Amino acid sequence: MAELPVTLGMANNALLLEYLPVLVFGGIGLLIGVVFMLANWVFAPSSPDPEKMSAYECGFNAFDDARMKFDVRFYLVSILFIIFDLEVAFLFPWSIVLKDLGAFGYISMMVFLGVLTIGFIYEWKKGALEWE
Amino acid sequence: MNLASVTHDLAFMTPELVIAVGAMLLVLMGAFVSKSAYRAITYLSVVVLLVAGFLGVQHAPDNAQVLFNGSYVVDAFGGFAKLIIALTAACAILLSADYLAERNLEKPEYPVLALLAVLGMYVMVSAHDLLAVYMGVELQSLALYVLAAYARDDRKSSEAGLKYFVLGALSSGILLYGVSLIYGFTGTINFGKLMTIAKDTSNVGLIFGMVFVLSGIAFKMSVAPFHMWTPDVYEGAPTPSTAFFATAPKMAAAILLGRFLFEAFGEVVSQWRDVVSIMAVLSMFVGAIFALQQTNMKRLLAYSSILNMGYAMVAIAAGPVYGPSALLLFTAIYAITSVGMFGVLLSMRDAKGKEITKISGYSGLSKQRPLLSLALTIMFFSITGIPPLLGFFGKFQIFIAAVDGGVMPLALILVIASVISAFYYLRVLKVVWFDEPSVEIVGGLATTKVTVTGVTLMIALLTPFIGLIYTASMAAGHFFK
Amino acid sequence: MLQIAAFYILAAVALISAIMVVSAKNPVHSVMFLITIFVTTSGLFVLAGAEYLAMLLIVVYVGAVAVLFLFVVMMLDIDFVELKQGFMRYAPFGALVALVLFAMFVLVASAVVEAKVDPHVLASPTPALDVANNTQAIGRILYTDYILFFQLAGMVLFVAMIGAIVLTLRHKPYVKRQNVGKQVARTRKTGVENTKPKIGEGVSL
Repeated sequence: MAELPVTLGMANNALLLEYLPVLVFGGIGLLIGVVFMLANWVFAPSSPDPEKMSAYECGFNAFDDARMKFDVRFYLVSILFIIFDLEVAFLFPWSIVLKDLGAFGYISMMVFLGVLTIGFIYEWKKGALEWE
Repeated sequence: MNLASVTHDLAFMTPELVIAVGAMLLVLMGAFVSKSAYRAITYLSVVVLLVAGFLGVQHAPDNAQVLFNGSYVVDAFGGFAKLIIALTAACAILLSADYLAERNLEKPEYPVLALLAVLGMYVMVSAHDLLAVYMGVELQSLALYVLAAYARDDRKSSEAGLKYFVLGALSSGILLYGVSLIYGFTGTINFGKLMTIAKDTSNVGLIFGMVFVLSGIAFKMSVAPFHMWTPDVYEGAPTPSTAFFATAPKMAAAILLGRFLFEAFGEVVSQWRDVVSIMAVLSMFVGAIFALQQTNMKRLLAYSSILNMGYAMVAIAAGPVYGPSALLLFTAIYAITSVGMFGVLLSMRDAKGKEITKISGYSGLSKQRPLLSLALTIMFFSITGIPPLLGFFGKFQIFIAAVDGGVMPLALILVIASVISAFYYLRVLKVVWFDEPSVEIVGGLATTKVTVTGVTLMIALLTPFIGLIYTASMAAGHFFK
Repeated sequence: MLQIAAFYILAAVALISAIMVVSAKNPVHSVMFLITIFVTTSGLFVLAGAEYLAMLLIVVYVGAVAVLFLFVVMMLDIDFVELKQGFMRYAPFGALVALVLFAMFVLVASAVVEAKVDPHVLASPTPALDVANNTQAIGRILYTDYILFFQLAGMVLFVAMIGAIVLTLRHKPYVKRQNVGKQVARTRKTGVENTKPKIGEGVSL
């Protein structure tokens, strides 16, 4: 155990090798993106002009910002999503080791889910899940 | 852990279970019966709190029960604090009923969120490792942020909620950073194990972590120099929420800080006494001086709470032998008096039913509402520490503890700060009793009236029985050796 | 060797993105850089053997929190010029805070060096990876040994649910909703009415 700090810092190679496909995948994605952008830059005819870049509406200059404000309801939907996302995050390790945990682990999770189900019923009755 | 040990441990946690189950049932009730059930839910949540409070005392064994692998402790110290927290939170919920109904805010979520905040406070008060500290603090704060921003169409309330949330999140971050340092350097988060490690080895990282955790909790307690949010949040939040913030959470945070320092670092008092003393002096200074120029009653009470938390810090600085019982007695009396002061504040309505928060609006209160003025006077005298009243005994106990604990200078500063603070409390009383009435003042509605009367009577009537509270706090605080 | 290279690349990308988050002109770009930080940090977690945390970072932070940030950015009516002015005004203060934080980290690092901590104390509490992987190691203790905190986490999520609804849910008064129960419960009596209007009088509905 003398070499602890080193083993603490990095995982072993076998584990990391499992992530090689992810790395390759990411590399290919990056490559394709960069190639297309470079190709545009190299092959497309280019004669820049500030007027070309300016925003316009039907020939007029833009009256106001093109960005539109979102409704606050999007926020509610996404925050409720986060809550259930976290709930699911708790489920992953549980589902892997459920066999070792036995009945106690099962009850433990059911209580947790029960609390959130009460929250879910509340949400439903409040109409937070309806869009209108 | 297995099922048997959890059921064994849960038997000691009935107060927490009552609150959690109560809150969930009331949420369902609120969702299905809707607005019409608001009053019923308010009263039911008060009942839940009272049951939980008294169960907490009943379930507090003389020798501490350490539960859940040493992360939770049920003892007399926590039981005492839980009773006061439940009582003052119940008063704050009762005070909210009329106010919210008058402003069309009577949603059943308000008492439920207050209940869940109290659940967080219970965890804070009973925490025996740093994970419990963090979970308790988060559960409590999250509910309080919502209560601060509860009047969502009111700009000031939203601003208060936002400020409270951003600064609260920062303080939680500081706390977590400290926890990670402590864990990284010692490999444990358990108070008992930290105690032996702190005693045996002088570990710089551990001390660093301890100071970070201390700062994080001090933020929740609003002790200077971490007090900046208090006046703004108190002013902006709906008054019943402010009444809640100023009482139970303060007590819970103070007790938590006491337990953290006494139980995990009680053997190395010299390591934290200086930090705590500096915070105590700063809070007393800020609370006493800055309150002098306030014209808004809510801001005045915010500074008053900073000042009183400064006194509580003196009790903590007195160390694990003399500090705990003084801390319990003082914070209990402070919380009860504070909820009473906010009750008076909520009773101040002009002819149109708008609340009066300016101090100048109190002029001539005695001629219009003599009983209300009397109640306010009793509370202000109590919190100033005028001898026959309850507040005196809390302060006196801290003074004794500070002298016995070897922090004499702090005791002197406490006396000086009390004298300065007496000036601004008396200034308000002068406006109440000797100035001519300027606006017509209508008293509070039924529930508010009952609560204020109850709290005032409690302060007045408990005075003869101070011996009882004193003995209880002494017994509860004595298990720290 | 490869691991160390990966570490430095990921860490460098994360740091540069962090600088871009605060310096980007467009808040939407800031959020994009934030996502880059999340992804690279999750790579760092994988390097350290904490797979579960890495995946959590992707699922929760990239999948949900970043989207929430985007919504918030788009909900606000931001004037970029004004924002920039504020940036310059608060830059010194921000730099001060950053400096204090940096000093804190240096202090802590020097404390680590000075303390010469017992390696057994520093030992990682997780079992070796060939015994149980990171996710299994968490699963074995979270639901049993740490059941109290697990259930408290449930309560925290419960509070978050109530809070989000209390603060943001608004029902528009003019929206007509479908009430299935009411529709089904309609009978012939409630749905149809026979009237015999006199000539020239019409029907009142």
